[in-house]
Amino acid sequence: MSKIGLIALIFMYLGILFLIAFFAEKNKGSKLVTHPAVYALSLAVYCSAWTYYGSVGMAARTGVEFLTIYLGPIIAAPLWIIILKKIIQLSKVYNVSSIADFISLRYGNSRSLGALVTIVCAVSIIPYISLQLKAISETFEIVSTSTLGIEGSSVITDSTFYIAIILAVFASFFGTLSLDASKQRAGVMFSVAAESVLKLTFFLIVGIYVTYYVFNGTSDLYQQASLNLDLNQLSTINGLSGGINWYFSLALSFLAIFLLPRQFQTSVVEFNNRKQLKTSIWLFPLYLLLFNLFVIFIAWGGLLILGKDINADYFTLLIPLHFGDHWLAIIVFLGGLSAVISMVVVSTVALSTMLSNNLIIPYGFIKTLTKRKSLNNEKIIKNIRRVSVFCSIILAYLLYALFNPEISLFSIGLISFLIIVQLAPSFFIGMFWNRGSALGAKAGIVIGMLIVVFTYLLPFFTENIFSNNQFVANGLFGITALKPYALFGIELLNPVNHALYWSLLLNTGAYLILSVIKKGNYRERNYGEMFVNTSKAVELKENAYVWKGEAYVEDIQNILVRFLGQSKADKALRVFRKRYAVNPEDRLADARFINFSERLLTGAVGSASAKILISNVAKEKPVSLVEVLHILEENRETISVNKSLEAQSQKLIKLASELKSANEELKIQDQLKDDFLDTVAHELKTPITSIKASSEVLTEGNDMPEELQQRFLSNIIQDTERLNVLINDILDLEKMASGRDELTLEYQSLNSCIEDAINGIRSIAGRKNIQVEFNAKKKVFTEFDYSKMLQVFTNLLSNAIKFVPENYGIISVSLEENSEEISCKVIDNGKGIPEEDIQLIFKKFYQSKNQTFKKPIGSGFGLAICKQIVEMHKGKIYAESNLTTGAEMNLKLPKQNT
Amino acid sequence: MKKILLVDDEPNIIMAVEYTLRKNNYEVFIARDGEEAIALAEKLRPNLVILDIMMPKVDGYEVLEYLSDHDTLKNTTQTVIISAKQKESDVDKAIELGAKAYIKKPFSMKKLLNTISELIIQKS
Repeated sequence: MSKIGLIALIFMYLGILFLIAFFAEKNKGSKLVTHPAVYALSLAVYCSAWTYYGSVGMAARTGVEFLTIYLGPIIAAPLWIIILKKIIQLSKVYNVSSIADFISLRYGNSRSLGALVTIVCAVSIIPYISLQLKAISETFEIVSTSTLGIEGSSVITDSTFYIAIILAVFASFFGTLSLDASKQRAGVMFSVAAESVLKLTFFLIVGIYVTYYVFNGTSDLYQQASLNLDLNQLSTINGLSGGINWYFSLALSFLAIFLLPRQFQTSVVEFNNRKQLKTSIWLFPLYLLLFNLFVIFIAWGGLLILGKDINADYFTLLIPLHFGDHWLAIIVFLGGLSAVISMVVVSTVALSTMLSNNLIIPYGFIKTLTKRKSLNNEKIIKNIRRVSVFCSIILAYLLYALFNPEISLFSIGLISFLIIVQLAPSFFIGMFWNRGSALGAKAGIVIGMLIVVFTYLLPFFTENIFSNNQFVANGLFGITALKPYALFGIELLNPVNHALYWSLLLNTGAYLILSVIKKGNYRERNYGEMFVNTSKAVELKENAYVWKGEAYVEDIQNILVRFLGQSKADKALRVFRKRYAVNPEDRLADARFINFSERLLTGAVGSASAKILISNVAKEKPVSLVEVLHILEENRETISVNKSLEAQSQKLIKLASELKSANEELKIQDQLKDDFLDTVAHELKTPITSIKASSEVLTEGNDMPEELQQRFLSNIIQDTERLNVLINDILDLEKMASGRDELTLEYQSLNSCIEDAINGIRSIAGRKNIQVEFNAKKKVFTEFDYSKMLQVFTNLLSNAIKFVPENYGIISVSLEENSEEISCKVIDNGKGIPEEDIQLIFKKFYQSKNQTFKKPIGSGFGLAICKQIVEMHKGKIYAESNLTTGAEMNLKLPKQNT
Repeated sequence: MKKILLVDDEPNIIMAVEYTLRKNNYEVFIARDGEEAIALAEKLRPNLVILDIMMPKVDGYEVLEYLSDHDTLKNTTQTVIISAKQKESDVDKAIELGAKAYIKKPFSMKKLLNTISELIIQKS
């Protein structure tokens, strides 16, 4: 393809990326953009051009060692998730926007530490970015066929320069949409995820092409390779020293996955929901595995086809070109471009945040920003970030222009790792050891960096750029113990791992020793506590940091307005007041408000600047260590007190609802009682009315025939008897209910009791033509109170009589026993009991509305009395009903073994 | 002779009231529940109904309602309630439904007779 055509294609491709990012920003909340897979795929920004081209080169030169860079994260995925969770929790609570912010915050908002970390990141990343640009330029030259037209010799005519500028525009636009740098950047992340899909797909295509199209599958490739190549060197670990090297390389890549600014950006800053971690725990390792599936085969294929003298980094392009498949080379080129773009964009976004929030603003602009007449600093802060983006990329471009083209992608990548890993001790140990101090962290990082320079960078440049072996061969000043690749005689490790070993050892040592020797100030200790006890800190939020001093709400409010804008500051204030129920009239700010404001400012200007801003208007008093621990404890106590209060109030609520339902039950009972009294009154009045009427008739009626007089008199007697029964019933029930009644127990036949009861109602039944049957296979003996049980059976039977139809009524009583209980049933063919009444009928005062018989003889407590009696016998009575066949009363008595 | 329909489910009360009414020259008919009362009222067009409230099947209120809604009976027939229900609300309800008098049980025969004769004289 011609250069112009290729350039057109590249710009079209970049245009599409802009559109994708726009789409994602517009549809921020949509399912697609917030899908957990997007997060997992954005983590694959880890696979830069170094992976895309460099790992093939590495595999061709040194064999399987390239795998360590990917195996590290894969092997450690479970641990990675656990630690990441902690980092994410802390970062979200304190609005952390970069790794520099994270470390600076851990060591008490240390401004100098934040700046140091930023510098380390910049030193690590900018050469890395230039490496990516180099990859674009080189692959561009390979893929473009015509040598006519533009030549990549000067900046003005170099297409890479323009690509770099476009990336800078992209990163500065989509990376700084929100002032709060800890907020998510949906557009950038979505386009990165899309690019991750593209680069993997294209890489797999070329892998399949080489393995199955150029060769006949993996076994064919292996056979040819084993005949023509030194496979022993290319596919084994190489003994003990190789093993140790593997170990260190794995460790290196494991640490880098946390510390690389672009990884921190994608995994922590852009994190926004829990599902994302669940998906990435399998998707991300799977992605890395897939990416490495064909690396070794492409490397072998390239060696077999093109030989050892060709730059193996670009086998993926050169093999298709060798066979005349230009289209495939272009596809591979676009995949590489994707890898570069995502890496450069994310890295510069991360770097620009650090540069602005941890270096430029706290050291250069903080005074200007606070003293400016204009109240809105948002524009300035955003512009600082944008300029940082451009500066980083341009700096990287200049480095690229100066780079020796002979340096392989892989070694520059490793340098980047080596530098960034110097943050590991202060980063990791600081999260689990509360005594780590800012001084220790700074010293460790500086010493580690010096070691890296001495044991790797210096010899690397003397060798590769000045082609001078003197320094490596003889050591510094000719002292063999100071040979850069074999410090103090350790020769087992390859240069990278050797540098890693010494730098990390001394870095960690310095960190630990200085932290122990010289305690950090109260601020460091307080944040140390918070970082170590993450869950407590997350729980306590604004209460976690112990602040003592004096500040005015108004002053702090002014700062918030200045740095967040009027509307955001107002909103934040409202949120705060609502959360803590703070009186808006309070003029003095409390610790919570100080911490809350500092958190907000951290998102905008970084933790160090946030602290400076607050301390400008607030007189903070030093807090002693004991106090820090004490107040933290106290806070925890307050929380536990709050929790127990909450539990208490839950209990009270429960109790109240219980009382309410009890009250309702009482109301129902009360209503039932009212109804009962009405019934009783009615029942008492009916016979009295009759007695009164009959007596009046008798007194007036001198001329009444004797026969009639007799009938009125007998009516009076009948009614007085009825009154008597009624009153006895009430008294019975009352006596049993209050437990004053005792049973006269006797061991006797239940059959005869039932028979007596049936005989008692036989005359009434006979009059109404109701059939009463009694079925018992044998005589059942047990201990019971005869007269009371007779009352029960009589009651059940007379109830049944009330409900069965005249002339067709059938009442059948059955009695049987088993080893455990005696069971008696009274079944009728009456109207049955409505479902809703089944439970109610045994309550006192209940009268069914369904009676066909003229008047209830009893008056509403027949069944209640039955229930009392049966329960006194330790038995139970219940009803079953079927409105089509009638009612069935069940009576169970326990079997006594006497 | 004025026709009176006596409605109650208590045979002993019926017997005493029936005897007294007949002695005072009323023609007396008996119903033992609401259903029967409505059927007899329709058929006999009594001048007066003596009505109990608490009865099985159809209670006194329903009978009252029927009587006051009836095209002819509402003009020809007056109702006196005799009931053990004591509450003011019960009395009000009955009066609202068209009862001319409400006599609480246990009642005196004299009062019942006076009320009946007053109502019948008023009407004629």
